[in-house]
This record gives sequence, C-alpha cells and structure tokens, in this order.
Amino acid sequence: MKHLLSIADLDADDLHELHRLTDSFVEVGQRPIPKVPTLRGRTVVSLFYEDSTRTRLSFETAAKRMSADTMTFSVSTSSVKKGESVRDTVETIEAMGIHAIVVRHSSAGVPWQVAQWTSASVINGGDGWHEHPTQALLDSYTIRQRLGSLVGRHIAIVGDIKHSRVARSDVLAFTKLGAEVTLVAPPTLLPPNLDGWPVNVSHDLDAVLPKVDVCYLLRMQRERMTEALVPSLREYTALYGLTRRRASLLSTDALIMHPGPMNRGVEIAGEVAEWPNAVMVDQVRNGVAVRMAVLFLLLASEGPVGE
Amino acid sequence: MAERERRLTPPYGGVFVARTRVMSADDINRAIWRMAHEIIERNHGVDGVMLVGLQTGGVPLAQQLADALDKIEAPEDPIPVGSLDVAFYRDDIGLRPVLPEAVTDIPAEIDSMVVVLVDDVLFTGRTIRAALNALSDYGRPKAVQLAVMIDRGHREVPIRPDFVGKNLPTRRDEVVNVGADGVELGEMVK
Repeated sequence: MKHLLSIADLDADDLHELHRLTDSFVEVGQRPIPKVPTLRGRTVVSLFYEDSTRTRLSFETAAKRMSADTMTFSVSTSSVKKGESVRDTVETIEAMGIHAIVVRHSSAGVPWQVAQWTSASVINGGDGWHEHPTQALLDSYTIRQRLGSLVGRHIAIVGDIKHSRVARSDVLAFTKLGAEVTLVAPPTLLPPNLDGWPVNVSHDLDAVLPKVDVCYLLRMQRERMTEALVPSLREYTALYGLTRRRASLLSTDALIMHPGPMNRGVEIAGEVAEWPNAVMVDQVRNGVAVRMAVLFLLLASEGPVGE
Repeated sequence: MAERERRLTPPYGGVFVARTRVMSADDINRAIWRMAHEIIERNHGVDGVMLVGLQTGGVPLAQQLADALDKIEAPEDPIPVGSLDVAFYRDDIGLRPVLPEAVTDIPAEIDSMVVVLVDDVLFTGRTIRAALNALSDYGRPKAVQLAVMIDRGHREVPIRPDFVGKNLPTRRDEVVNVGADGVELGEMVK
C-alpha cells in the first residue's frame, strides 16, 4: 500500500489487517519506554490547511514513537500567506527529502491531487466533507476492542451527517466490517442523495437508541454551516442531543462515541460524556496506535522486494 | 496489502519442500530436557529465570522448555514465559516486507531477571540482535541467555547461543523447518 486516501479503497481484509497491526502498537504504548526504532531516518510532514489539534498531535506522536522525524507545516505562518499554491508547497517540501505527508484540507480530493505530485506516501488527514480514514480506523478499532467484533452490531450515527467526513468514512468502515448502520439526523443535515449508502435513516432518536450497540455522535460543525439548517442549537439539542434522559434509553453495555472536539451541552450532555460507557478517551488513545499502524504499513512493511 | 503480498511475492513466497528429516519429535523432546537441565545448571536453579520465545517459532519451544523446567525443579510459582515480536526492531526494514506476527507479551518486570531468549533456528543472528534491542525497552535484565533448537551457522553478527538442541551444518540457500513433528532440512520451491 502506497497511500491511505480513503476507506473506499480498502476491503474488509485490509481493515482486519490494520486492526491486527494496531494491537501490536497498543502494546508498544504500554511499555516502560513506548518507543520503537522502526522508522529511524524517515521524515513525516503534517501539511494542515485546516485547524486540528487531535489529528495532528496524534500523527506526530505516532511518528515520534516510531523514531521518525516530524515536520509541521501550519498555513498561518507559512508561504501560503504569500500566495503559494498547494502544488508548489508540496514540491518544495518534497525537495527537502521526506517520506510521508499527512494532508488536511477543506476541499475534497486534495490528498489525491497531492499524491500525483509527490513520490512520498500521502495520508488523508481529512478532506472537506469527503473522508477521514484514520478516524474511521480508530473508531472501528475502539468498537472491536470493546465489543469484540463489529459483525451484526447496530451502530447509530447521529447529527450533522451532511458536512461530516467522519460519517462518510465511518459508514464505509463499519459496514465493510459487518455492522448495520442507522443515520439519525434532521432531513436538512442529511446529504441530499443517499442512493448507494448501505444505511438505514431515521429522524427519531428516541426510537433508535434502545436498539443500538453504539451511539456515535457527530459534532455540530458551526464553521461549515453557511446556511440555517437547524432553527437553533437549543432546538437541535431538544430533538437530537444525547441528554441524560435519552442516554438512559441506551442498553447498559452500549458505547457512546464522539470524534471530538465535543460541544458539551449541544450534541451531548456534559454529564453523559463522563459515563463509563463513553469511550472518547479510548478513541484518542487508540488513535495514536492506529496511526502508528498506518505509518508502519506505508513506510516500513514493504521494500524493494526481490532485490 | 502487505501481508497477502508477502505470501505471494518471491523470494518469500514459494513452498517449502523437505529433503531430509534431521530430528524427530522425540529427538526434539530429548533436546528440550537436556537444555532444561543445562539452564538449571548454569543458573543454579530457576530462581529469577524467565523464558521469552521469539515469534513465531520460538514461542512453542519456550513453553515446552518452561514445562520441563517446572517438572525438574518444581518451583513455587511456575516459570514466567513471554513472547517477543521483533518486527519493529529489524535492521532490514525497507529492504524486504516486514510485519509483526503477533503482539508481544512480557509477563513480568524483567529488571534483575535472567531472561532466556528461545528461538527455533539461529542463522544470521540478526533476529537475536533485534530481540536484544527490544528487551532493553522493557528494562535491564540481570543477564540474557540464548537457547535455540537448531544452530545452522552463517552468523553475520557476533552472537552465540548458550544452549543448543543440535548443530546443523547447512548451505545458505537451504531452509530449516522446525515443526511439532520434527526438524526438516530442505528448500523453498517457487
């Protein structure tokens, strides 16, 4: 595998393989010295055209735990301010001798484009409304870790599906791994066309919650909402927020997940986020191991075979 | 993806064809018992001894050795047995496909323990070199010793075994296969 651009490119075997590899890196994270020399001499660049804390820090932690060198490119302090194009930026970075680029951009497809311009491995760190593959890998890994397997599990994804790259990648990963997915959202927050999505749709969260093994909440993305899609955040919370009352409808071993950052009091009640079944901290912890597995697979597991 | 590609791609693909059987299952068992006695003799008992099998071939042998040690010395607590995967420490990363086979499991603190590394075949010594690096990330053992079922020569680093099941002279291109039913010498056929 040369690049990780989308979950759509992977099949169930690939996902299982990445999960199996992640197990090994979870163990590395539990050692007295959680660092291995695997990627010595390799350089990983994070090229983030959009704000991020956890994804960027998670990738950098993953790279450092594998002894790679990391460079961070942040748009606000770079030549992009002077009008440099993405292509020129990528070619400049590549000329410095790097092995992997983690790209985040507000437009869908930019990681594909970057992959055309560089010989380094490209990892999609989130592109527009399209995909966020490593998030889907860590989400499915966390569910597998807690519930054993995704086969036959019922997962509700609740909230702003329309603007969510996490939802797109998660739907693909969860269904490829054998889970049943129900999207729960007001019609204005669903994509206009759901043809070909292997999902059920509901507008009634109270009816869905008792039946699910996982309740996956999405963030209300105020920065992507250019139009008035919900009357107010309070009304959204009243109908689709995981309030204390709603959370009590979940079965006792159902998981509550959120990709972060959470808007406490909007899509999830502050108190519910502290429940033992809320696994947001596991998600972040597993995120580092999953990204180590991805970097390992792209940069170390293959070489010039047969030489 | 890598795991499947590795199985299919030469020179790591191909099928092992045995030419001669050099040890039977009984021979392996006898060697295990002799090596267990040697480990006890060297360490004046089994206090503070831990066995660590290298993935994947060394893991069943480490368990067999531990069973033998437990029977001979009957310590109060069974001897701790772990497993170690050295994929992340290999020096040929980027030269050939490398993937870990299993999750490493070190069952106890290794500080001030005598760690006996166990592997099926000692060849270039590079796996053991990687295993020594891996161990140092878990702590500082009092001593590290090496037990192997087959020493086939062709060392590329200055490493020697402490306990050997059988010394087996080989050509570099031959393949040694250690299984539950014995040890075979043969080659990979594409």
